[in-house]
Amino acid sequence: MIKDISLARKQTRVIDPAKNLHQRQLKQRIAFALIWLAGIIAITALLFIVGYMVSNGFKVINLEFLTTRPAGGVSGKGGISTTIVTTIYLVLLTITIAAPLGIGTAVFMVEYTTEYAGKKNLVGYLINLIRTSVEILAGVPSIIFGLFGFAVFVSYMKLKFSLLSAGLSGACLVLPLIIRTTEEALLTVPKSYREGSLALGTTKWQMIFGVVLPSALPGIITGIVLSVGRVIAETAVFWVTLGGSYRLPKNLLSSGRTMALHVYMLASETTAFDKALGTSAILIVIIILLNLAINISSKQFSKKFSGK
Amino acid sequence: MIDNNHVIPQTKIRVENFNLFYGKFQALDKITIDIPSNQITAIIGPSGCGKSTFIRSFNRMNELIPSVRTEGKIILDSKDIFEIDPVELRKQVGMVFQRPNPFPKTIFENIAFGPRAHGIRDHRILEEIVEKSLRQAALWDEVKDTLNKSGLALSGGQQQRLCIARALAVEPEVILMDEPASALDPIATLKIEELIEQLKEKYTIVIVTHNMQQAARASDFTLFFNMAESRAGYLVESGKTTDIFTNPKNELTEQYISGRFG
Repeated sequence: MIKDISLARKQTRVIDPAKNLHQRQLKQRIAFALIWLAGIIAITALLFIVGYMVSNGFKVINLEFLTTRPAGGVSGKGGISTTIVTTIYLVLLTITIAAPLGIGTAVFMVEYTTEYAGKKNLVGYLINLIRTSVEILAGVPSIIFGLFGFAVFVSYMKLKFSLLSAGLSGACLVLPLIIRTTEEALLTVPKSYREGSLALGTTKWQMIFGVVLPSALPGIITGIVLSVGRVIAETAVFWVTLGGSYRLPKNLLSSGRTMALHVYMLASETTAFDKALGTSAILIVIIILLNLAINISSKQFSKKFSGK
Repeated sequence: MIDNNHVIPQTKIRVENFNLFYGKFQALDKITIDIPSNQITAIIGPSGCGKSTFIRSFNRMNELIPSVRTEGKIILDSKDIFEIDPVELRKQVGMVFQRPNPFPKTIFENIAFGPRAHGIRDHRILEEIVEKSLRQAALWDEVKDTLNKSGLALSGGQQQRLCIARALAVEPEVILMDEPASALDPIATLKIEELIEQLKEKYTIVIVTHNMQQAARASDFTLFFNMAESRAGYLVESGKTTDIFTNPKNELTEQYISGRFG
């Protein structure tokens, strides 16, 4: 060891410090330039896509487009009113099913299983299994959720192509997302809050409901808003579970068509490509607004909590 | 164990042959001690000797760590605490932590949280409890106009007094304090010490401290803990604070309080 150190000292004496510094700074400049370039290319591409969609799409958007229902047929006549309503219905239904399940699972995994984690018993294995499945499910292509929904909800449970089938399948799709974001949010709640609550003689449930969940709320809301975005953007799952009727769904067992699905159908089955672009533009705007909503709400929360 | 020349204070907590293990590692070794009622008992000793572990036994907070196992008895008044439901026990035995840990709620909600958890719903009663607790914790005058502001917006010392007020709000009999001033500046520390002195009228206080001047200034009784390589944390000496600091019986105690180790 001592030999190595004296050797290293000798070497540093040989190197000219000024030249060395110059070389290192040159390397840094090249690296920075490449990183900048990568960033600029990526952002330009994204801006181009959004710009193309919005500028072309907005040509067909007017009040009539928004308030009349699609007429069907190869010409793709009509507007998108029913698809907007169906999208809202489906988002509400999916989140109503997925949010309680997902948040409950995450609370269970974070708050009630720490004492079993890593232990070699049935509960320990079960929890490991849940955790692994959630991770795998998060990476599964959405059409697989669609096929599952088709096999189980549409065919086996005889729910037909319907809002309910689609809502249940959509819930399966966003469940891993909600579980993971909620889990992460719960894990960031400091231990001192939990101890502080328990030391007051609260039950564990009072601690979770009164302190832990409120502190984790911004993270949980982010997960839910991301899920809303996911449902709005999804086509594959709903293609095989929601059917494609352009009429307004009358009840949970009616078929329907979301905006994203409508874009897909317009683009693949009709000649009305401009209307597909118009619908896409509205979708993009909605997603942008959702992201803004996340930013604003999480800022509001942190403001409230830090008291500044 | 505590020798009293004059008055014999009532015992609030009696600890008998108490051992505590983290898995196979023993952290506390055969502790036997009486904690007097309505007095301030300070626990001093070098890092890692089990002071915090010891007071966290009184409200069974150690049980949050799955591997913890205990032997022996801790008797509060006349009941073995291991036979009381921990939720019920923690209402009687409150705790203030080393780092101020107000909840990310308003000052009002921080204090109302405990009473509300114990079933008080009436807003008027909650308001009274909040005011009373804040007054007891000498914080009322500083925050009475900002009760709806976040507890996290307060200074460190104020936050710690808020945590004390929060503990007082559920009307405990014993208050455990785990180095409550170690994260605070000297002025805030002094305020906390004054506050503790006032609180002993109503509450039994057990305070862990790293700061020997603090123990000497602010406590009635002192327990000195130590540990050795071959032995888990154990009680070396206990007695009136004045006796421990002026006339320690054990050589280790003398070395520790004179700053020769620890």
